[in-house]
Amino acid sequence: MYKEKSEETVDKFSIVGKDVIRQDGFAKVTGQAKFADDYRFHGMLHGVMVRVPVAHAKINSIDYSGLLNDPSVTTICDTEDIPGAKKVGLIKQDQPVFAFDKIVTPGDAVAMLVGKDEKKLRKLTSKIKVDYEKLDVLSDPLKALDKNAPVIHPDSGSNLIIHYPLRKGDIEKGFSESDFILEEKYSTLHVEHAYLEPECVTALPLEGNSGIKIIGSIQNLYTTRKIVASVLNLPLANVIVIQAELGGSFGGKDDIMNILSSRAAVAALKTGRPVKIKYTREESVLESHKRHPYVMHYKIGCKLDGKINAMKVDIVADGGAYASMSPFVTWRSVVQATGPYEIPNVQTDVKAVYTNNPYTGAMRGFGSPQIIFAQESLMDDLAIKLGITPAEVRRINGYKNNSITASGQKLVDHDVNLLKVLDRAITKSGFTNKWGNNKSLNEDKNSITIVNERTKTDNNLLITDKEFIEPENLIRKGIGLALSFRGCSLGAEGIDTTAAYISLQRDGKAYLLCGLAENGQGLRTTYLIVASEVLGISVEDIIYMEQNTSLIPDSGPTVASRATLMGGGAVKSAAEQVRSRLEEVLKEEWDLPKGSKFVFNNNRIHIKNIPEKVIDFCDLVSLAYMKGINLAALGWYQGPHVDWDEETGQGPAYFTYVYGCQVAEVSVNMGTGEVYVDEVYAVHDPGRVINKLGAEGQVYGGVTQGAGYGLFEEINVQDGFIKELNYDQYLIPTSMDIGNINIEFIEGEETYGPWGAKSLGEPTLELTAAAISNAVRNATGVRLFNLPLNLEEVLLKRKLHPDDLKRGSA
Amino acid sequence: MKSNISFTLNSKKVTIICNQETRLIDLLRDELELTGTKEGCSIGECGACTVIFNGKAVNSCLILAGQINNSEIITVEGLAENGELSKLQKMFLKKGAVQCGFCTPGALISAYALLLENENPTEEEIKIALSGNLCRCTGYKQMIDAVKSSASL
Repeated sequence: MYKEKSEETVDKFSIVGKDVIRQDGFAKVTGQAKFADDYRFHGMLHGVMVRVPVAHAKINSIDYSGLLNDPSVTTICDTEDIPGAKKVGLIKQDQPVFAFDKIVTPGDAVAMLVGKDEKKLRKLTSKIKVDYEKLDVLSDPLKALDKNAPVIHPDSGSNLIIHYPLRKGDIEKGFSESDFILEEKYSTLHVEHAYLEPECVTALPLEGNSGIKIIGSIQNLYTTRKIVASVLNLPLANVIVIQAELGGSFGGKDDIMNILSSRAAVAALKTGRPVKIKYTREESVLESHKRHPYVMHYKIGCKLDGKINAMKVDIVADGGAYASMSPFVTWRSVVQATGPYEIPNVQTDVKAVYTNNPYTGAMRGFGSPQIIFAQESLMDDLAIKLGITPAEVRRINGYKNNSITASGQKLVDHDVNLLKVLDRAITKSGFTNKWGNNKSLNEDKNSITIVNERTKTDNNLLITDKEFIEPENLIRKGIGLALSFRGCSLGAEGIDTTAAYISLQRDGKAYLLCGLAENGQGLRTTYLIVASEVLGISVEDIIYMEQNTSLIPDSGPTVASRATLMGGGAVKSAAEQVRSRLEEVLKEEWDLPKGSKFVFNNNRIHIKNIPEKVIDFCDLVSLAYMKGINLAALGWYQGPHVDWDEETGQGPAYFTYVYGCQVAEVSVNMGTGEVYVDEVYAVHDPGRVINKLGAEGQVYGGVTQGAGYGLFEEINVQDGFIKELNYDQYLIPTSMDIGNINIEFIEGEETYGPWGAKSLGEPTLELTAAAISNAVRNATGVRLFNLPLNLEEVLLKRKLHPDDLKRGSA
Repeated sequence: MKSNISFTLNSKKVTIICNQETRLIDLLRDELELTGTKEGCSIGECGACTVIFNGKAVNSCLILAGQINNSEIITVEGLAENGELSKLQKMFLKKGAVQCGFCTPGALISAYALLLENENPTEEEIKIALSGNLCRCTGYKQMIDAVKSSASL
């Protein structure tokens, strides 16, 4: 059991936990920060994709004769130009760099025109004639495993990408011993990352075409390196990947950047010149992956005292045309599908399937926002059924220290602060009274029938005179909450190690680099703080080096909210190695007694309780340098052992967890279906907070993205084609769309990570839609089962889809 | 058709020969190498390319070179004075209004245009001024705080 933090613990930090201004801030507010498209190179060519407007087809042949001898075209690249792997993918190699045998989704590119003038090339793509045979399109994931369904990738035999079972206890016995059963079905849609910077990458041949250098808007540099090396058939070391300043990613600049980097690299080696690919917003939305739509069937058996006795969960995830990260995304879902509740009997089955829809993969949340929407909706309905409050039902069932999860893992080595974040959010928001008042007020009014009644009687959707005159009567208030636990870092998905390098210069300044990459979240600043705290120097004294795969060991991907925990751990280890060498120098120099305690603070080192023993940091470093001491170190952080049984879904899935609770207060317009989020209370336990300013930024941003997911973000896919290709149709929250966001951190004790710092980026997003949905239920008395809760969902309980592909202006 | 276009850019006179139908964003980024102005959607929805055109915030992807003759343009590169950050830029840093930074130049310019017209905007006015600048990272709160604090300095 972990103790409450003492005052002494809080005071021990000189910079950790304070507001620290971003390291890259100056460059970003002056326009000097160099994003991928801001790089220009001598002799640079551009690559422009050739696509076929079809969702599923067999390619017979491609006719390039229309462009023979066209002076605008330097060369054309297709699959024939690839010396190595023609199909790639981190988990399953099913995605062609250039489509050659089949088209499986409209984003596929069959070839790339390469030339000096990008605009001219864009006008020439139609001159390439592709002879193809249309195949039946599979767009409904629920039909993907039908016997007569078209098989998207014949090599894999069926459309099943992955199936994860989880079995705990005896599900049938669990239901038969329950006092009552609740059963519901929920669904979510495709969602676009909508990072503001569209994809861009330049590939530059190394001397003598011996290798390739890639500079681009890339989230996971080592993954890109691995894939480009396999495509070019080169050793890993001959592919150097450099990250340009990244204009947002949220899991998005992953597979697409591996593919674009590969295409640019092939063209660069073919022409011997730098080749840049820059996507328009429409191409970005068309070809990049999305968040998975889930169809979720939940069945819950409960005792009259409120204890959940059994839960059965069946989920089908639409993986789209390629496997991408579906096996890892759905794995997180199977671990967390039953929520942060201790349930003796569980049966979960999560399947991801191929369709001809846009492919789906990593997006902030990674398989959790969907299941949290379902499970937290069900928990609220359970509370209503039991006649208790949403908080009470969660207190009865929620994880505590030493609880056993659905996968049979005992929660130890950290504070299980689930009920603490819940109670804090309840108190802070005045939840209990508001929830009760809204419930009695709104349910008495027989709520949302205004429109429905009229629809029945006179088929007229217009509101009555009275409602028009007194529009405030149409507004209902609601409050709702959602609660979650989340496994930190990769878990049993893969190798979980990270490297960091620190090098002190003889003047006392330093270089720092970690193998995880800045995605805009501020991790470089976090790492500077960690190093600064250990060495007692200011963050301005440390230069953060270029993010380059040739400078630092493979540290895995910058995903899974693992950067602070894993990268912070590696930076701390590197800084501590250097610090301990400096301590050794001082011990000898000052002839110190054993057990002397060193204090590194304010660019000085002194010995605790011996005030006269003091030296400036730069003087100590200079002294160590003159003595020939190694002032550089490579830090290494390895996640503890995790395990998973694929057959039973049992095992310690993640080595630690974080806990969060969000409360949303909404106003629902019963006449229009509009939901406005008035207040959000976000209480998170991310372990130790390293940069308060950055941590708060994660919450504001995550909650806002989560609200967009809950209220209006949707990619409509019809026969594989996307309707919303730009921001005029794909709506994300603006500065006008969300009310106040109130933040509180509870810093639970934790064994792992730098001073117990864990994860925050994704927990902030995963709860918001679920909290809003419960608030809408509280306001209207009506449960909605399908995200997003846009006007038609709230008003009509269904989605209105235009038949043609266009709506809005595009 | 190529013609001479003269305008004031960040307080300096500029004359350039270019096609009248060249988009202002391309003129700035490709011809004048001011890459601080970003392109996010090309249809005037995201605001990443916002610049000040005769005192008003506009999307430079929707303005053509032929329209800017004799006008005054301010880009993000023109906000700092003599290497010293403006109050607004400093507040963006202090309040944590910057994350990935791709929308930052456009948001700064929209806020700057607001403050040119209105020295003491209300929160609602700030939200309206920033409503044309999409940001996927920050949730806008710290940006709004930054503009507010900058105005009250």
